[in-house]
Amino acid sequence: MPTKIEKDAVTGHMTTGHEWDGVKELNQPLPKWWVYILYATIAWSMVYFVLYPAIPWFGGATKGILGYSTRDAVDADVAAIAAKRAVYMDKIKALSFDDIRKDPQLMAAAMTAGRVAFAENCQPCHGAGGGGNPGYPALAAGNWLWGGSLEDIQKTVTHGIRAPGDDSRQSQMPRFGADGILKPAEIAQVADYVMAFYGTPVANADMAAGEKIFTENCAVCHGDKGQGDRTQGAPRLASRTHLFGDDRAAVIAQINSPRHGMMPPWNTRLDAATIKSVTLYVHGLGGGE
Amino acid sequence: MSRISKVDRERQIQQEEAGQHLYANRVKVYPKSVQGPVRRFKWAVLIFCLTLYYVMPWIRWDRGPNQANQAILLDMAHERFYLFNLVFWPQDIYYLAGLLIMGAVTLFLVTSLVGRVWCGYTCPQTVWTDLFMWVERRIEGDRNERMKRDAADVTLDTVWRKVSKHLVWLFIAFWTGGAWIMYYADAPTVTVQFWTGTAAIEVYFFTALFTATTYLLAGWAREQVCTYMCPWPRFQAAMLDEHSLTVTYQNWRGEPRSRGKRSGSAGGDCVDCGACVTACPTGIDIRDGIQLECINCGLCIDACNHVMARTGRPSWLITWDTLADQTAKAAGTHTKFRFFRPRTIIYLTALVMIALTMVVAVAMRPGIGLSVLHDRAPLFVRLPDGNLRNGYVVKIVNKAAEPVTFEVKTSGLPGAELTETNEGLGPTTTLVLPVAADSVGTFHVFVTAAPTGLVDGTRNIDFHLRDMTTGEEANYRSAFMGPANTGPR
Repeated sequence: MPTKIEKDAVTGHMTTGHEWDGVKELNQPLPKWWVYILYATIAWSMVYFVLYPAIPWFGGATKGILGYSTRDAVDADVAAIAAKRAVYMDKIKALSFDDIRKDPQLMAAAMTAGRVAFAENCQPCHGAGGGGNPGYPALAAGNWLWGGSLEDIQKTVTHGIRAPGDDSRQSQMPRFGADGILKPAEIAQVADYVMAFYGTPVANADMAAGEKIFTENCAVCHGDKGQGDRTQGAPRLASRTHLFGDDRAAVIAQINSPRHGMMPPWNTRLDAATIKSVTLYVHGLGGGE
Repeated sequence: MSRISKVDRERQIQQEEAGQHLYANRVKVYPKSVQGPVRRFKWAVLIFCLTLYYVMPWIRWDRGPNQANQAILLDMAHERFYLFNLVFWPQDIYYLAGLLIMGAVTLFLVTSLVGRVWCGYTCPQTVWTDLFMWVERRIEGDRNERMKRDAADVTLDTVWRKVSKHLVWLFIAFWTGGAWIMYYADAPTVTVQFWTGTAAIEVYFFTALFTATTYLLAGWAREQVCTYMCPWPRFQAAMLDEHSLTVTYQNWRGEPRSRGKRSGSAGGDCVDCGACVTACPTGIDIRDGIQLECINCGLCIDACNHVMARTGRPSWLITWDTLADQTAKAAGTHTKFRFFRPRTIIYLTALVMIALTMVVAVAMRPGIGLSVLHDRAPLFVRLPDGNLRNGYVVKIVNKAAEPVTFEVKTSGLPGAELTETNEGLGPTTTLVLPVAADSVGTFHVFVTAAPTGLVDGTRNIDFHLRDMTTGEEANYRSAFMGPANTGPR
């Protein structure tokens, strides 16, 4: 409740007439120019209301007479960046890999474009940084199925693996168990033999029997020492990295009824310059040849 | 149209009847010029501060070819702060923090000893306001003349004086704003660029901005900056105690005031002439005691001494003194000024400790730096031969003015082989990496080793950097990782 305006005995100041639970407010006048600044900001807000989008309304906020829109601003920014990128991307498309690598600025642009495209398109299967996942090859490890040169990688990315299309890389391993080509005991013997390639000998294994089965059935694609064959995409078995696991059960399962991964052709989704950039990025992950 | 309640309207009438308003016009202060030792000291400090401000950026300092040759330069574009022989990088920002803390503690110490001398003599607001007041006096005359002219009708004489005063103010403000820019760019270059219209837009913007703030704050706002805007007057009282020297009206000597009486008659020395009030740049009466508005400039001392001398009374009725001494003097005794008090000892100790730490830290500042950042993904790669490979971003800081070749080795990981992918170096146990002068070299290094000795999938690896010219070394500890099920948990 407002009280009477009176003189405060201690300070000699007048009160404002405001009182809260016996506490009275002294009048310490604010400079007028300070108040005018407040009025000026109010006036400015009115001007702003007229010039810029301000009041929420049916079907969107009022537009303002300047027609400013943050979305337009973003579009303009994106277009400006795209125009800047286009210069580099055109060069990347036109030049050979060797020429791109000779130009540090162009190489940096390609690596950035490749990193972004890789994160958006490749990372869900191959893992960040090409670390790989079970069933999806580790690109950084250098254990290539189809070759690790820039040209090999570019072809794989462009046309995919086991994808529709004549240019796609194709390979298939017979279902040795499921189709009755080998008996379960024979599969177990050859699995023991294969496991010895990467240094996990199984106790009491009949290696002679395993070698015979391997030579007759597997060596034609995987090589007599399990070194693999990149021309037909046959994985290297003498390796500590495996697509579908390295324990006995996993090896037997793969011989019995092989799983075959599939990689889509990216030329339907990415332009040539982006594919080249991704190729350079993947090549630089540590496994490039 | 505004409507206010009956109660509010009644209150408004009451206030206006009592001569009280919620908003006040500024009471314009017309400080009278004074002569005397305090004023002379204040001029000396003013000239010193302004000279320092304008001359410092023009001091040249040879740092060798292709290096900035300005003694003090805050080079934002190249992220360097040059201070004579020292060059600071953004990584050295904590030296600035130390400098600011030293500034604050020094301010606390000085305030607890001699009051608000910062406010009265060296604060830029005080220095420039004083300068602007001097211009005002030269053009419009002293207090009485100015008041008379402001009260009278506008004449041609008034107009040309006011116009020329503001023009001179703007001129000074412009040179103030212009000089500020010199600290951020090479002074001779930016001066030429400025006048040929080729300087960066930021140069013109900040010159205009500081011109405007100088003109408004020193010309128009003046003491209002101290009383309404500045936070320092509000908490500086916490540094003061009864042993701090402040500008003091000697109440026991002055009261009761003896207006119009001759010396020797009964009553105090204060003749109530008001000279102290008219001389005050913030427009207060020092005889009311210590106040928030008082900036401790002491101009009232000169004004009062002049009157005391003319009326044949002892001078220094207003003086620098402590509250304790004043209480003692009123009782007929005297207390000595106490330099060492708990608060001054604390401030002094803190100041000395920070200063020593700073000097040691700056003197021992390394010329090289190493940081190693483990790749986040993948954490490790298992290679077909069973070995593990980890990737690291190695950053090497070379603060020297010439290119340096560095040697990078690792320890703690037997059989580790290093490969640098960008430069195509390795595999080797010792990488030799060149870093350009005054820059940071960034390298992507692969470390390959057998998966032995890992504890819960990780083990320490130490990177050692050696400057092959000076032999200076730097170390960084990182981790070498493998599958989580490798090694004991």
